[in-house]
Amino acid sequence: MTEMTNSSARPGRHLDVPRVAKDLVVTALIATAIFGSTIAFRTVSAAGGLGLTTRFDVAFYVIAAVVVGRLLLWIFFWSKPAGEPAVEIPAGIKSGFAHVAARLGKIFGPAMLIIALVFPFLPFTDRYLLDLSILILTYVMLGWGLNIVVGLAGLLDLGYVAFYAIGAYSYALLAQYFGFSFWMCLPLAGILAAFWGIILGFPVLRLRGDYLAIVTLAFGEIIRVVLLNWYKFTGGPDGLSGIPRPSFFGIPFNRGEDGFAEIFGLEYSSIHRIVFMYFLILALALITNFVTNRLRRLPIGRAWEALREDEIACRSLGLNTTSVKLTAFATGGMFAGFAGSFFATRQGFISPESFTFIESALILAIVVLGGMGSQVGVVIASIVMIGGFEVFREAEQYRMLIFGLAMVVIMIWRPRGLISTRIPSIFLKEKKAVSADMVSQGEGH
Amino acid sequence: MAHLIDDPILTVEHLNMRFGGLLAVDDLSFSAGRRDITALIGPNGAGKTTVFNCITGFYKPTEGRITAHHEGGEKYLLERMDDFKIPKVAKVARTFQNIRLFGGMTVLENLMVGQHNTLMIASNFTFGGIFGLSGYKRAEKEALELAEYWMEQTGLTYRADDAASDLPYGEQRKLEIARAMCTKPKLLCLDEPAAGLNPRESEELNKLLLFIRKERDTGILLIEHDMNVVMGISDHIIVLDYGKKIADGTPEEIRNDPSVIAAYLGVADEEVEEVEHEIEEGASS
Amino acid sequence: MEYFLQQLINGITLGSIYGLIAIGYTMVYGIIGMINFAHGDIFMVSSFIALIVITALGLTVSTGLGLTILALILVLVTAMVIASVFGWTTERMAYRPLRGSFRLAPLITAIGISIVLQNYIQITQGARVKPLQPLIEGGYTLMTRVDANGEFAVRLSNMQILIIAITVILMIVFSLMIAKTSLGRAQRACEQDRKMASLLGINVDRTISMTFVMGAALAAVAGLMFLLYYGVIDFFIGFVAGVKAFTAAVLGGIGSLPGAMLGGLVIGLIETFWSAYFSIEYKDVAAFSMLAIVLIFLPQGLLGKPEVEKV
Repeated sequence: MTEMTNSSARPGRHLDVPRVAKDLVVTALIATAIFGSTIAFRTVSAAGGLGLTTRFDVAFYVIAAVVVGRLLLWIFFWSKPAGEPAVEIPAGIKSGFAHVAARLGKIFGPAMLIIALVFPFLPFTDRYLLDLSILILTYVMLGWGLNIVVGLAGLLDLGYVAFYAIGAYSYALLAQYFGFSFWMCLPLAGILAAFWGIILGFPVLRLRGDYLAIVTLAFGEIIRVVLLNWYKFTGGPDGLSGIPRPSFFGIPFNRGEDGFAEIFGLEYSSIHRIVFMYFLILALALITNFVTNRLRRLPIGRAWEALREDEIACRSLGLNTTSVKLTAFATGGMFAGFAGSFFATRQGFISPESFTFIESALILAIVVLGGMGSQVGVVIASIVMIGGFEVFREAEQYRMLIFGLAMVVIMIWRPRGLISTRIPSIFLKEKKAVSADMVSQGEGH
Repeated sequence: MAHLIDDPILTVEHLNMRFGGLLAVDDLSFSAGRRDITALIGPNGAGKTTVFNCITGFYKPTEGRITAHHEGGEKYLLERMDDFKIPKVAKVARTFQNIRLFGGMTVLENLMVGQHNTLMIASNFTFGGIFGLSGYKRAEKEALELAEYWMEQTGLTYRADDAASDLPYGEQRKLEIARAMCTKPKLLCLDEPAAGLNPRESEELNKLLLFIRKERDTGILLIEHDMNVVMGISDHIIVLDYGKKIADGTPEEIRNDPSVIAAYLGVADEEVEEVEHEIEEGASS
Repeated sequence: MEYFLQQLINGITLGSIYGLIAIGYTMVYGIIGMINFAHGDIFMVSSFIALIVITALGLTVSTGLGLTILALILVLVTAMVIASVFGWTTERMAYRPLRGSFRLAPLITAIGISIVLQNYIQITQGARVKPLQPLIEGGYTLMTRVDANGEFAVRLSNMQILIIAITVILMIVFSLMIAKTSLGRAQRACEQDRKMASLLGINVDRTISMTFVMGAALAAVAGLMFLLYYGVIDFFIGFVAGVKAFTAAVLGGIGSLPGAMLGGLVIGLIETFWSAYFSIEYKDVAAFSMLAIVLIFLPQGLLGKPEVEKV
């Protein structure tokens, strides 16, 4: 009951009508400039040059929607006196929620793991869901890999997809030219990607945060352009096809006598391979997670986090920051390399199309939205983003637009990501999570 | 007035540091004794922090030689070393004027990062550590003990698991010193360690520094404005003004040096009293 | 020699366009220390708006010269105004709420805005390449050479003269604006110390908004010139042009206006000569590698001030 009296004591909603009206007029003008120009008119090819089609109705609806939306925001969110949350949640519920969230946080990881392990055997799991979860797991793995670079070491990498591409092409080319099997190529792909990480990292890691970001972006583009134009070696835009599928440790998934189904006394089904793929990527992702968690508790992992917090202090303590950065870059690159060779074997076909900048942006968005440095956050963000992508599959054209908007909105809503507390790597008496405001996000200095 | 030191931990010879047209340090030579507390004082902008940055490798001096002398007779030419090798190899650690802690990491983690190089070797550069070899576990335990030791000395044990940026200012200063001590330095360079401390805290700091010198066999070089700290604990004081050394001696000698009084305070003590008196009169009328 | 001269002219033209885009990057970086990743896409949007207005006005090559110039001024003004609205709105919605937040946050929203703008234009204007018949023809033949391979003429087209002239004029106007007006003074003050500037009564938010508006307006000039010069645009031109213009800004020394122009010229020349003498497929690789090389060996750029690390 105390909450009731509290809220009634506060000043109520108040709408400053002239101000709102002025704001709405400005909004309408801006919306007209933006949508009136690009939606209302569209250039089309016509005889002897270009013609123009008009869609004033659509433009009008969009502008009206923007104005009405803003009015609704005024009425429901911005009518409160400054400094108060837009939507009130009673303190009791708030603390209860925090309590529940904290307990959920503890069991969330193990619960997810159990679900992931039994998922292929659940009654409703069909081929579509399996394919989707393989995709999600691939992004979870990539997110965990990039988390080492961005989340732990605080180095902004916008060209992460390059390592993914190197992994995929390493496997495809090694299989094509030398007939290596998947199990031989997997470690090689990781090593090659890590090696490239070191080669690239050595000159550029001295750069400050956003310079580093742009150089890594340029590196990603260079790799893609080379893959696209080196026709003889990489197949250029046609890509590489006929990449061998993985075997069950030497036993192929086919109908034959020495096939997987025959040997294990099962009826042949094409789903076996999909299930195997599922467990393969799950295992790879879990290895990534395990290694990352392990590294965090070792001096190298602590050095990564220290680097994110303050590079100058690191140097004053005798840390060779160049090698600290290189190891982060190489480790992150290695996991992308593993994921890349998995991608190649799953698709059976790769081309430079799959390794565009958007892919890097997607992985980075997963890491940042999940909460940098948080392993669980990456899982949630992957499910939300990739799952969300699937939901909007129907709206093919609009889904990238929605993806971009979601990136902006979520970032403004939670700049620190969904899960932003940091768990210390070592403790004396009790493990206390460090609140997000304390944790620096790496200025790259 | 040159102060002769038989057994220096650090010698600085003819140090010059130029930024564009500005000569921030002008032909500075001095030395710091192995188990001494040496203070570097001077008015704002005298070039003290620049000297520190040259010693600890953050700036490369325009000219001059900076040498660290270890007890075994090894010499390290600091101006030629990479910045991170200075604490690692030459064993010269430092703190910063505007505290630089790993804010999002706990007190204990900060102290563990201070022991990075030792732990790195013990973990076989990660490869041993990742498989949980016992050698690393032992080293980690020792590192934990050293961290606990310094937390005890600085009174931070009760905050071991709190984020460094959660600590109040005074404790952050102490933590920075403790973290530097975890690198097991032979020379500890402190850039204004008493700045912003209240009298009680600065008293504690004095005790800590004296303890470090006595028990840990570590020389201390400090920049300080707080004359209680400087005069109270220093064995040897060097005074800088406009990048030049204007005095060098024991606290007693410095206290009575007229050129120091002129440069440092601008006016003599008696005049200060006079000025204060005038101000009080002005305020009451 | 003649071939070289021709490439030089082409390179300077291309460099002028990059330089104009680069100014937007350099100003925003100078004032809030952020890479406005969506800037290249503002350039792309403005070239589409220019195309729409040109089509609406029914401009063709047969329109008289005087009328064409008059119409192009109208096109330019419209494109600049609408691009400014895009730039202002982006700043207001995606960057301002994150001011004071950690550094990566606005970069992520900038990437988000870049994706939004590209896909918005793809949806509203179509994914296909838009061709525009040349509007300004003619030019001068500077030199001709006749040899066994036939005739080779070095030509300076009217279009190229127009692009270079407009760039030079805008550069002068702009430098004067930054040097003389109160807005320019406010910008320079915010660059030095934002907090102090606001304590001295400068409306920092407004100054930052104006910086975005100015950058977008210049990008619109570049957008129109790109459209007229190349005659083809699509929704993806902003990304590559953006990265190259950013390279130009860094090469010239980020924060420096003449630097951005100089950097633009250098990048334009490198790209043109690389395409002319080596391989056209790898021209982007050349530009991107240039970025990496510059940042590694000359991080302060050609005209930037070296940064002293504060300890």
